[in-house]
Amino acid sequence: MDRLKVATVWLGGCAGCHMSFLDLDEFLIELAGKIELVYSPVVDVKEYPENVDVCLIEGAVCNEDNLEILHKIRARTKVLVSFGDCAVTGNVPALRNKLGLHNVENILQRAYVENAQNNPAIPKADGIVPRLLERVTPVHEAVSVEYFLPGCPPPADRIKALMTQVLGGKEPKLEGANLKFG
Amino acid sequence: MVNEDLNVIAEKEQAARKKIVIRCCMAAGCMSSKSEAVKKNLEQAVNEAELSDGVEVRGVGCMKLCCEGPLVSVDSQNALYEKVTPENALELVQTLKGGNTGIKRGDWNHPFFKKQMSIVLANSGEIDPERIEAYIAVEGYQALLTVLREMTPKQVVEEMVKSGLRGRGGAGFPTGIKWGTVAKTESAQKYVICNADEGDPGAFMDRSVLESDPHSVLEGMAIAAYAVGANQGFIYVRAEYPLAIKRLQTAIKQAKQLGLLGSSIFESPFNFNIDIRIGAGAFVCGEETALMASVEGKRGTPRPRPPFPAESGLWGCPTLINNVETFANVPPIYRKGAEWFASIGTEKSKGTKVFALAGKINNTGLIEVPMGTTLRQIVEEMGGGAPDGREIKAVQTGGPSGGCIPAQHLDTPVDYDSLMKLGSIMGSGGMIVMDDSTRMVDVARYFMEFCVDESCGKCVPCRAGTQQMLHLLEKILNRKATGHDLAKLEELCDMVRHTSLCGLGQTAPNPTLSTLRFFRKEYEELLQPEEFGRYENGEARALK
Amino acid sequence: MAAKTLTIDGTQVSAEEGATVLQVARDHGIEIPTLCHLEGVYDVGACRLCLVEVAGIAKLLPACTTKISEGMELKTNSERLQKYRRMTLELLFAERSHVCAVCVSNGHCELQTLAYSHGMEHVRYDYCFPKWKVDVTHRLFGMDHNRCILCARCVRVCWHIEGAGTKNVSGRGASANIINDLNQPWGQSDSCTECGKCVMSCPTGALFHKGSTVAEMVHDRDKLEFIVNAREKKQWIV
Ligand SMILES: Cc1cc2nc3c(=O)[nH]c(=O)nc-3n(C[C@H](O)[C@H](O)[C@H](O)COP(=O)(O)O)c2cc1C
Ligand code: SF4
Ligand code: SF4
Ligand code: FES
Repeated sequence: MDRLKVATVWLGGCAGCHMSFLDLDEFLIELAGKIELVYSPVVDVKEYPENVDVCLIEGAVCNEDNLEILHKIRARTKVLVSFGDCAVTGNVPALRNKLGLHNVENILQRAYVENAQNNPAIPKADGIVPRLLERVTPVHEAVSVEYFLPGCPPPADRIKALMTQVLGGKEPKLEGANLKFG
Repeated sequence: MVNEDLNVIAEKEQAARKKIVIRCCMAAGCMSSKSEAVKKNLEQAVNEAELSDGVEVRGVGCMKLCCEGPLVSVDSQNALYEKVTPENALELVQTLKGGNTGIKRGDWNHPFFKKQMSIVLANSGEIDPERIEAYIAVEGYQALLTVLREMTPKQVVEEMVKSGLRGRGGAGFPTGIKWGTVAKTESAQKYVICNADEGDPGAFMDRSVLESDPHSVLEGMAIAAYAVGANQGFIYVRAEYPLAIKRLQTAIKQAKQLGLLGSSIFESPFNFNIDIRIGAGAFVCGEETALMASVEGKRGTPRPRPPFPAESGLWGCPTLINNVETFANVPPIYRKGAEWFASIGTEKSKGTKVFALAGKINNTGLIEVPMGTTLRQIVEEMGGGAPDGREIKAVQTGGPSGGCIPAQHLDTPVDYDSLMKLGSIMGSGGMIVMDDSTRMVDVARYFMEFCVDESCGKCVPCRAGTQQMLHLLEKILNRKATGHDLAKLEELCDMVRHTSLCGLGQTAPNPTLSTLRFFRKEYEELLQPEEFGRYENGEARALK
Repeated sequence: MAAKTLTIDGTQVSAEEGATVLQVARDHGIEIPTLCHLEGVYDVGACRLCLVEVAGIAKLLPACTTKISEGMELKTNSERLQKYRRMTLELLFAERSHVCAVCVSNGHCELQTLAYSHGMEHVRYDYCFPKWKVDVTHRLFGMDHNRCILCARCVRVCWHIEGAGTKNVSGRGASANIINDLNQPWGQSDSCTECGKCVMSCPTGALFHKGSTVAEMVHDRDKLEFIVNAREKKQWIV
């Protein structure tokens, strides 16, 4: 059997979910034999490839860049997994939505001007700094998602539980102690 | 007060009647277009023309064709004058002396009037609602007298059952059965409540009844109180109806002065008082358990039923709660008999129903028609169809709890069951006509927004569910929704309907469901293709 | 009192007249999910999670406020009920901002626990993100309106166990919210006795002891139960 083509991506999140993924320790070695990691923050591939089997998506959808890659991922991937609370619920990155729509300018002002020590200025270089979306959303508000792995971050054993189900050809389903937010 | 006294008042009133009566509408609709000044000027003009010996200018209740107000009628000419201004008064009075006038004349023979059958509105536009003598002169309080003198409470209930009257507040529950339940519940203290909250957008039937003939409601309540064994009544009326409140206060005061309310009414052992409670205008306070909480001085939110008010209502006592129009039907039933009433209408819906005709229709106003009249007769013949030569597309009944009936079903008779079959309800009598320029998804959105605003917030499905349904409807209207969103909307409609605590939430999905049922295409045309959907034909791909 | 016989999920049980469906089910080890129900205060039937199917009755009835009757046939966990319950939970999560990751009650929250037991791994509705504030004006307690599900347990406890009448519901629909006295900051409430019973009663992280940080806030329900038992059953010893 061909090795499963797996990708992981990092959208608007803190990378904690990826850290947790690395916490899989020796299971990573077992995984390495069964999957091919075709795209990830931890491998050096620039372009998201075609025909990916599974993609774990960390982070909420915060900016145009996130949205663009997400659309590409959806078109090229069979199974999407929202990986961690930011992807599943919006979580902390989405808290800015509480400031109402059209909050983007205020947020940038706060971050880059009010809280700046040097050179206060809102970064605006077109084509280099992706524009923030009006509203931060969980991944499934932007594209359809097959499976959900909540947790902030989901601890390694839960990632393992899900990956084992995936590798075993089963519909992943998290229940009992394996289903947990926060 | 005894029989003879009633007759004396009636005879005196009839004797005082002048040869010519000029009636000027003094209900809220016409008053908002200066009918008070019209009446004042008419009186002045009559005096100046030295006609006051033979001509009476009478302020009356609603004359029904509200869109043409202020309305003035002159009985000797059999004339109805429309859109009368204060400046017209002199000219109008001069017609009594042979003068001419260019004031617009209405046509009493138009189906709008001809097809009406007045039971509830019989005195509306006829008598002065601020004078109890005027009510007594048209057999007012005779029914109460007969009931107290000649019938036992049990017979009163039986007569009501026989009449077949069903509640006019929305759900159409048989009034006689409700009375019987309260009567049977043992308690030293019972209450009667008149529900005059009338919160449906576009509805003004109850307001008109209260403004035009308040005593008929008081008399109805007194008869009901005798039947169920209550000695205290409350009228719960919204603060937005100041004129209705004023006329009720006047009516209650007059009735008390004549001993028609209070202790030992008609020298019988029956005591009955009525107080007014003013609501702050929350739609949900029309729901009976919320209304009672509000009367008790608590936050007006519904509670689960059972127990029903008939078993445990105000302050835990058995309570009869009926709608304004329901009570207004009561005196005629006892004056003319249950059989007479039961001979009007259809097999399962007896009597008449008052509707407030509004929307895209030529003649807006108040109509009272026998149950079983078809929608087409109402909107096309009486209402005169849609203005500007447009086509009628749908008729909405039942307000935010009801549905839209499409033009192809206009031949449906108006009765509780036929409307229910079409996914709408009779409701309290709001009837909004829509023409072919109306987008039905907009209509659904409008009513959903109303429910979002008016949900009391107590139960989750209604509070949070209506917000989500509104969001989905807006998403559809903004052309941002997909087939998945529509499915989600329908799923929520089902859930909110079956899990909400009270009628507000349980019926909030109705306008959406009924527009979906008859105008689904209009929804589907707004949907977007699923662009970022699942990988293969919308199916989650199982991994192998 | 007379005994009544009824069937719950196919099992015949008998119980005393006057008991609610919820009491009887729980006495027989049948779990019906609840949120607004709290032992010791009267029920309001607001959260709608405990709805059950009763044979012969078209409407779903709340187990917490429905009294048992002879011959009643109940279904407490049909597929339809499960679906409605999950939807109710999703609606609650979407309505305000329950960010579990930064919640004092993370791990000790009834809402969260119910989400797990109903397999709610994500919320299908768009989150509303309303603007709600956190009131930390009180010396001992705080209230985060973002996490309030309006179960009104705190209100009932405040009025009927403590008798202070500080907490109330104000506004309607989406803007309904819990207030203190006549809507002043909690710290300025004249009637609050600082008993903390509302904090014990809250199912989520909306009411908390000041100073508790993420996942530290445990709602000590035993104390409430102790007080109610002492008062109603005259049992003073635990
Ligand atoms: C949300 C809601 C609003 C209602 N509003 C009114 C109202 O404004 N007037 C009214 O008479 N009944 C209203 N009702 C119906 C009442 O609960 C009650 O059924 C009615 O007053 C009974 O009177 P009836 O039997 O004479 O119809 C409302 C019900 C609901 C659920
Ligand atoms: S259905 Fe709506 S109005 Fe009725 S109790 Fe629930 S929230 Fe309140
Ligand atoms: S503060 Fe807590 S106990 Fe009070 S209503 Fe909100 S969720 Fe319920
Ligand atoms: S526990 Fe019964 S409705 Fe909330």
